[in-house]
Amino acid sequence: MNALEVKNLSLEFLMYDGGFARRYLRVISNLNITARAGEMLAVAGSSGSGKSLLVHAILGILPKNARVEGGMTWFGEPLTPALQKKLRGREMAFVPQSVTYLDPLMRVGRQVSRDKAVVGGLFDRYHLDAAVARQFPHELSGGMTRRVLISAALAGKPRLVIADEPTPGLSPHLAEHAMKHFRELADAGAAVLLITHDLELAVRFADEIAVFYAGTTVETAKASDFTDENRLRHPYSRALWRAMPQNGFKPTVGVQPYAGNLPDGCLYAPRCDMRSPECGQKIPPPRAVRGGEVSCYNAR
Amino acid sequence: MQDRIDVSKAARGAGMLEAREIVFAYGRGRDILKGFNMSVKAGERVALVGPSGCGKSTLAQILAGMLRPKSGEVTIDGKPLPKKGFRPVQLIYQHPEKAVNPRLKLGKTLTEASSPDDALLAALGIEKAWMDRYPAELSGGELQRFCIARALAPETRFIIADEVSTMLDVITQAQIWELLCDVVSARGLGLIAVTHSAALAERVSERIITFDDKNSPPIK
Repeated sequence: MNALEVKNLSLEFLMYDGGFARRYLRVISNLNITARAGEMLAVAGSSGSGKSLLVHAILGILPKNARVEGGMTWFGEPLTPALQKKLRGREMAFVPQSVTYLDPLMRVGRQVSRDKAVVGGLFDRYHLDAAVARQFPHELSGGMTRRVLISAALAGKPRLVIADEPTPGLSPHLAEHAMKHFRELADAGAAVLLITHDLELAVRFADEIAVFYAGTTVETAKASDFTDENRLRHPYSRALWRAMPQNGFKPTVGVQPYAGNLPDGCLYAPRCDMRSPECGQKIPPPRAVRGGEVSCYNAR
Repeated sequence: MQDRIDVSKAARGAGMLEAREIVFAYGRGRDILKGFNMSVKAGERVALVGPSGCGKSTLAQILAGMLRPKSGEVTIDGKPLPKKGFRPVQLIYQHPEKAVNPRLKLGKTLTEASSPDDALLAALGIEKAWMDRYPAELSGGELQRFCIARALAPETRFIIADEVSTMLDVITQAQIWELLCDVVSARGLGLIAVTHSAALAERVSERIITFDDKNSPPIK
C-alpha cells in the first residue's frame, strides 16, 4: 500500500534580489517518491540535493516564503496542511539527524511520552535502562540519544517514519545498530523513509533507493540493483556507484549545480557522458526501465 | 652546520614523523592514549582506523602539535615539532566549516599560510568566483577544497587528514581523495588518513594502523 506518494513536487523560495525586486528560487523540481507500508525507501544524494527540504515539505514545516507545487497523497488522500498538522508527531514521525533536537531542560522520559508505561515499553525494547528516563539529554551518549529519539518517534504508533541522516558520526557498529531499528519498524508494517548519503548502508537495509540530484529524482530502483553497476539505469547513479571506495573509487568531474544556476533541461546533462541534444531542452520525465524508474532520455 | 653534534640522531629520523610513547588524557580524565608509538616516512601513506571514541582524532591533533601529550614526544627528522612558525605537520579537519573564519572571504582564508599557485587551485577545482564568498555560501565539499589548498603550503611535510570526507557524498569524496593523493605523491609528502571506513583506508593508504578496543594501539 502506498503510504505516501509525492508526485512532481516543486519547491521554490521567494527571495529578495536586490532592493524590492523579488524572485522565486527553485530548489526542488519534478521530484517523485513513493513510500510503501512495510518497506524502507532510502533517499540518497549529495548534500544540497534537496533531501532535507523534501522532509520539511512532507511534514509541512517549511518557512512561509516557500511555495510548493505538485501533489502529495497520504494513503490515497491529498496531504493538505490541515492533515499534515494532524498527522505529524503522531502517524508521521520524524527522527532528526542532530541529537540537539531534544529539549535540554526536560528529562528524556517525558520527551518520549507523558505515559510512563509507553516510555517503559519503548526503553525496554531499545535496551535503555529505566533510569535513563529521569536523566537529561546532556547525560546521554550519542548512541543512547539516538535510541531516545527513535523511541520518541515511535511513541505515537506511526505509519510513516522519516529518519534524516541518522548515521553520520556513528561508528560502523552503531550505524548498523541504528539501521536495524529502522528495518524492524518497516518489518512491523510502517513505511520508513530514510534520508542518507551512505549508499553502502542503504543497499544493505533498504528495499528501494531513490537517487536525488540537484533537487530532482533521477532514479528509483530496488536496493539490490545497487550491488552491480550494470543494473543501474541513470548515469548519475552509476557515477555514485563507481565512486564508492569498494567499487573503484573513481570520481566524476564537475559539481552539482546550485539553485538559481540550474541548467535548462536535464540537471545532470553538463556532467553526463551520455548526453544528447534533447537533454538540453527539458527535464526528462520519469519512465520505467528494467523494473526501475529513471529520468533520462538515454537510459536503457 | 649547527646540527653537527646531532648528526647521528638526525640521520636516524631524517624524513620521518615519529610519535614515541604518547600518553594523553583530557584534564584529569582517564588516559585516552597509553604509550602510543608510530612512525611515518616522507612519501608514505598510512591510515589510522578504529571505532569512534578510541582516540584517533586526539592522536591526529597531537601529531600536528595542536595538543601536547602528558608524556612522550612527537619528532620530525628526529627533532621535536617546532613550537612557533609554520607547522610542518598540517591537519585537515573533519568539519571544514569549523576550520575557517566565518567572517573572512575565502580568498583571504586561502592565503593564510602561503599563496597557492593557480595550478593547484585548478587541480582542486576551486573556482575564482568562490574567492569572494563567505564560508556559509559554499558547500562542505567546496570548503574542504580550500582547507586542503591551505594545508598544502610549500613548507608542509606531512598531511593528517582526519575524517575529511565523512560528510561528503561518495563522488565528492572520491574527487577529494584523488587529488590529495596526487599532490602528496607529487611532492613526496607523508600522509596520515584517519577514518573509520576500512574500505576507504584500503584505497588511500599503503599501510593500515588499527586501534583496538582497549585504546592501546599495537606497536608497529
